[in-house]
Amino acid sequence: MRNLLAVIDKEMKVYFASPVAYGVLTVFLLVSGYFFYNILSVFIQRSMMMAVQAQQFGGGAPAMDVPALVERNFFGIVSTIILFMVPMITMATFADERRRATIELLLTSPLTHFQLILGKFLAAMGFFVVMLLPTLVYHAFLYLYSSPKMALGPVLSGYLGLLLLGAALISLGIFISTLTESQMVAASVTFGVLLILWVIDLSAQAAGPLVQEILGYVSILNHFDDFSKGVVDSSSLVVYLSFVFLGLFLTYRSIESWRWRT
Amino acid sequence: MIEVDRLTKRYGNLKAVDDVSFQVEKGEILGFLGPNGAGKTTTMRILTCFLPATEGTARVAGFDVFENAMEVKRRIGYLPEHPPLYDEMTVDGYLKFVARIKSVAPEDLKRRLQEVKETVRIEGYGSKLIKHLSKGFKQRLGLAQALIHDPEVLILDEPTVGLDPNQIKEVRELIKSLSGNHTIILSTHILPEVSMTCQRVVIISDGKIVAVDTPENLTRQQQGAAHIYMEARGSDVELQRRLHEIEGVLSVVSKPLGEGEVSSYRIETELKQDVRGRIAQSVIEGGFELREFRSLQLSLEEVFTQLTTQEEVRSQ
Repeated sequence: MRNLLAVIDKEMKVYFASPVAYGVLTVFLLVSGYFFYNILSVFIQRSMMMAVQAQQFGGGAPAMDVPALVERNFFGIVSTIILFMVPMITMATFADERRRATIELLLTSPLTHFQLILGKFLAAMGFFVVMLLPTLVYHAFLYLYSSPKMALGPVLSGYLGLLLLGAALISLGIFISTLTESQMVAASVTFGVLLILWVIDLSAQAAGPLVQEILGYVSILNHFDDFSKGVVDSSSLVVYLSFVFLGLFLTYRSIESWRWRT
Repeated sequence: MIEVDRLTKRYGNLKAVDDVSFQVEKGEILGFLGPNGAGKTTTMRILTCFLPATEGTARVAGFDVFENAMEVKRRIGYLPEHPPLYDEMTVDGYLKFVARIKSVAPEDLKRRLQEVKETVRIEGYGSKLIKHLSKGFKQRLGLAQALIHDPEVLILDEPTVGLDPNQIKEVRELIKSLSGNHTIILSTHILPEVSMTCQRVVIISDGKIVAVDTPENLTRQQQGAAHIYMEARGSDVELQRRLHEIEGVLSVVSKPLGEGEVSSYRIETELKQDVRGRIAQSVIEGGFELREFRSLQLSLEEVFTQLTTQEEVRSQ
C-alpha cells in the first residue's frame, strides 16, 4: 500500500511539473466551456422559437426540457474531447521512464509490477478527475438558473460515464506507452487507436442491423450514450470495467515481455 | 554473499553473457573489468533482477534472483550506468520517493535521508531541482539513491564515468569507505580504478570471464617472466655477452641512449630464480658504469590487453 501511494504521489508530482499538464487542462477547459456555451444558447433559442410558434398558432407550448437536452449533448461532446486529451495524459507513463532509464530504478525496487501499473493508472485517473472538476461549475450554473429545477441524476450518471470511459481509454493509453521509448510515438499511436474506436462507433450507427449490433458492443463510445441520458446500465459498466482490466493486463504482459526481450 | 553460477544471457543468437561464474564474499569490493560491450551491464542487470537470465543461476544473500526477486531487490542498491533521476523533482523529493519504494520504514525516513546526503556530501542541496545539478552531483545523488535503504549489496555500473578527476577521486574514496558494511560490485573499463578500489577483479571479454584474481596477482601471473630495466655505460657488445652468460637470463634487448656509450637494457629473466644480484655484480665486475637498475612490473593495462586479445585469438 505504501509502495502504491509512493508511486501515485511521484506520478502526480511529475504530472504537475510538466507544462504538458497545464496545456491539457487549459485546452480542455476552453474547448468544453465553448461547447457548453454553444449548446446552451442553441437550445435556449430553440425553446424560445417554439414558445413563439406556440403563441402564434395557439395551443399549449410543447414541453421542452432544456437542461436535460443540454446535459445530454454536452456529455456527448466531452466524451469526444476526451479522445484528444487522453493520449497527452498517458503518453509519458512508461515511455518516458524508459527514455530516461528510470525504469531500471522502478523494476529493481521491491515494488511489484502490479503496484507500479496500478499506481500509474490511478495517478492518471487523478489527473483526469482534476481536469473534469472545473466543469462542475457549468452544471451548477445550469442548476441555479433552471426552473423548474433540473434533475441531477443525469449529471451524476454523466460524470460516472466519463470516469468509466476515461478509465478505459487511459488503461489503453498506458499500455501503448509501454511499447515505445518515445512519448510522441506513444501519443500518436494512442490517438490513432482512439480515433479508430470513435470511427467504429460512427460507422456502427450507419451499418446494417447485424453489423450495427456487433460494432455497437465493441465501440466503447456507444456505451457512453446511456450514461449521458441518465441511465446506468450494468452491461455498460461491465464493458468499461473489462476494458480497464484488459488494458492493465496488456500493460503487465508488455512489461514482462519487454524484460525478456531486452 | 553473491554467487553466480554458469550464467548465460542470449539476445537472439548473440551471447551477451556466456557461462559466467564467480563469487563475492561479504564486505568485499569486486571489480568488473572489461571493454565496452563485454557483458558487464547485462550481468549486473541480471543480478539486480532487472533482466532474467537465459541459463544459470545467481543468488544474492542466499536468495535466487529469479525465484525470490523481491527478497533480492530489498537487499540490493543499484546505480545503473545512467543515474535514474527525475529532472523535475527536488533532491529531497526524489530521495523520499526512492526510500518509500525501497520500503524504508516511515519513522526512519528522515534519518536515512540525512545520512545518505551526508555520505555522498550533498547536504545543502535538498531543495534543489535535479535538473539544475551538475553531472558530478547527479552521480552522487545516484549513489545516494542506491544507499538509501542501507542495502547489504551495492551494484554500481561505471560509477565514475563522466566525472572530472577530483570527483572521480571522491567517488572512489566514498566507495572504499562503504566496503566492509556493504558488499560491492563495481564495473569499469578504467584499469587504475580497479587496482585502486577493488580487492578482486573479474575480467570479462565478449561475455566470458577471462580472469579472476587480485589486481596484484593478475599483474604478476600474466608476466610469466620477470623483467629488469637497466641503464649502463660501456661497450654494448661486451655487456650483452656478459649478460647472456648468466644463468636464468632469457633475453636482452638493448637500445643506445645517445649520450656517449650509455644504453638501456630490457632483460627478461626466469621467474623461478632471482638473478638481479648476479646481473648487477657481473655488470660492476666488468667495469661498466651502472646508472639505473630496477625490476619492471606489467601494468594492469598490459595484462588486460594480453588477456582480452588472447581471447580473440582463441576464438578465431
